[in-house]
Amino acid sequence: MAAALVLRNGQAAPLSRLPVLGAEEFRGAVLEAVGAGARLSALFARPKAAGLLAALADDERGTVSLLGMEPAGSYPALTPDCPQAHLFEREIFEQSGVRPQGHPWLKPVRFPPKEGSVCGMMDYFRVDGEEVHEVAVGPVHAGVIEPGHFRFQCHGENVRHLEISLGYQHRGAERALTGGPDRRTVHYMETLAGDSTVGHAWAGCQALEALGKMEAPPRAAVLRGVALELERVANHIGDLGALAGDVGFLPTQSYCGRLRGDVLNATALLCGNRFGRGLLRPGGVTQDADAARAKDLLDRLEDIGRDTASAVGLLWDSPSVTGRFEETGTVSLEDCRRLGLVGVAARACGLNRDVRRDLPFGVYRYAMIPVSSWHAGDVFGRAQVRWLEVQRSLQFIRELLESLPGGSLRREPPGLSPEHAAVSLIEGWRGEICHVALTGAEGRFSAYKVADPSFHNWFGLALALRGQQISDFPLCNKSFNLSYCGFDL
Amino acid sequence: MRPELLHLPLALFCAPLLPGIINRVKAFFAGRCGPSVFQPYRDLLKLLRKGAVFSRTATWVFRAGPLASLVCAAAALALLPLGGLPALVCFPGDIVLFAYVLALGRFCTVAAALDTGSAFEGMGASREVWFAALAEPALLLGLAAMARQGGELSLTGLYGSLEPAVLLAPGGPALLLVAAALLIITLAENSRIPFDDPDTHLELTMIHEVMVLDHSGPDFGLIQYAAALRLWLLGALAAGLLLPVRTGRPWLDLTAGLCGLCAVALFTGVVESVMARLRLTRVSQLLAAAAAFSVLALMLVRGAP
Repeated sequence: MAAALVLRNGQAAPLSRLPVLGAEEFRGAVLEAVGAGARLSALFARPKAAGLLAALADDERGTVSLLGMEPAGSYPALTPDCPQAHLFEREIFEQSGVRPQGHPWLKPVRFPPKEGSVCGMMDYFRVDGEEVHEVAVGPVHAGVIEPGHFRFQCHGENVRHLEISLGYQHRGAERALTGGPDRRTVHYMETLAGDSTVGHAWAGCQALEALGKMEAPPRAAVLRGVALELERVANHIGDLGALAGDVGFLPTQSYCGRLRGDVLNATALLCGNRFGRGLLRPGGVTQDADAARAKDLLDRLEDIGRDTASAVGLLWDSPSVTGRFEETGTVSLEDCRRLGLVGVAARACGLNRDVRRDLPFGVYRYAMIPVSSWHAGDVFGRAQVRWLEVQRSLQFIRELLESLPGGSLRREPPGLSPEHAAVSLIEGWRGEICHVALTGAEGRFSAYKVADPSFHNWFGLALALRGQQISDFPLCNKSFNLSYCGFDL
Repeated sequence: MRPELLHLPLALFCAPLLPGIINRVKAFFAGRCGPSVFQPYRDLLKLLRKGAVFSRTATWVFRAGPLASLVCAAAALALLPLGGLPALVCFPGDIVLFAYVLALGRFCTVAAALDTGSAFEGMGASREVWFAALAEPALLLGLAAMARQGGELSLTGLYGSLEPAVLLAPGGPALLLVAAALLIITLAENSRIPFDDPDTHLELTMIHEVMVLDHSGPDFGLIQYAAALRLWLLGALAAGLLLPVRTGRPWLDLTAGLCGLCAVALFTGVVESVMARLRLTRVSQLLAAAAAFSVLALMLVRGAP
């Protein structure tokens, strides 16, 4: 692995230093790194048949290694020995036609528009047998949620296998980003997944800043941290309420619905938009929190913290709820590691993995936030991790706001260094958001790769359902609460 | 006018109030204002004015289902005494007819669900029958225990003779076990929490609601109405046992019976507000517990002197 281009999170390096290996050599190097504890943050085919590129995050060392593979029509697939590559390799085959030889099933990922391709129309895995039946759910669902198709192979009430087919919201975001940056770029970033506006915007800004060889001023870094944690708190509270709703537990559901709104309003107080749009821009942030506003924010967070504690406390105090959460949708630590799950889903399995600590970025380089994890890997674990993170994030926001550094909000970003590569990892509320940006000779993006945490985690949901009751699917699904549009891009 | 003649029209007219009260209680616990208690009437009127959509694969079984289940519920209502008031029709052994008219209504709903051929509805039908098979013995054995204690074989006779003295007689307190069983059955048969969540939109978790997904317009209105009647039916059984006011003055008895029904609705609302749903596999255990209560009561009652 000595050959790899080793970067810190949010650092750029000239592409000339990127090792470009032969297919066999590339496979060996990736497997060796994964065997040594690294995980695949991104693996993609560079546009215009420029070969493959793998970004391997090493949590122990706090580095990201980039490995290139020379252009080829096919290569020996990583998936048989490294299951976390399975979706990346299907994506590579779909986008570039480069065939991973030996991949178990190169199903479509997003059904990009072309002749004869209809979203969701493909061969599904089937279980045969006397009493086996198939239940198809979606893509249009009963609630106000995004479209996705789920196929269950059931034996009575038990699920033998769940297959998830997405792609209904494929917008071609990565393709649209290539050739940038331009005036639309940051707006694309903010809307990659609407509930992770701050996370994706930060990942994009950090990539741009890395390529421009600059950093956001300290005050901006702190405000970005506040916005990211507010986003986390809002979504986690919303999820806890939705989990309560899925088991029909009214009190927490109702109060969390309101409290999520309060946190979103706190974000609006900071920047004028409930989801944090327009706050992060390359080079810094656009809105300041003066003393009065910071004080107002702190007061509101005080109330939110107290109300949330009582609303969520009801969950843990109700045996009917904990009985429903425990041992539902369990993912084993081993499966979690092999699949490369990230974020809340991984920490709930006991995998102590958090980009904010392992590969710190922005304000997290100077301020520590404790990592919250649980051991069980079930719905209860994922709910518990969310609650722990809500409390720690609120505390963290308080600390940040009480020691806001002075100085400017934004530096004008210079042009991007040509022929460079940058990796930007952000711990969004769902998990690791990975942006990889490569620039061409004119300092424009020659490739822009986005890996939303949902991309890693959807298969975890499929595994969590194995051997479970089909009636538990909505609860398991909510406990992961993955993004459809973040996956579909 | 004889008040027992009043009961049937009263039940037919007032049954939708019960879900209205439940929703109001739930709203109170959730800190909302909530819809008016008359909202179910508005919903029914709205549904009755709408058109209905029928699947091309569905036959007359599907179309007949809602009406059949409503007729069954109304027929059971004719057998039901409210508090101390006699039922419209009564004869020895009508407790068996009561239980099986309700079962017939369920059969019609299930047959209509299976007729659609949809995976969801088949799943719901299978669940409904699974739980009904467990709830039915609990109901019948509970009524049998009451029959043994009261020495009567008709619902009217049973509830008419049910005075506080009967409950305090030797073996009488065992009837409280029957009351517990009846409350559990009321919640289960009316797809309330902790058995089912009437408010959920998640098809995969539903029991009763998923069976009626394909019904629309007036048909769905009939189903909603029949559901309100079923709540009235089973609620009246539980309330009549727990509130044995038999003054002999029909108007007072009627009022007491109505108060009992409101109390059951309040109880249901409170349960729904403070409890989560059970895991589907646990539902059968709770129903088995209800059956166990009934069996225990049957063994403990002393029988009429």
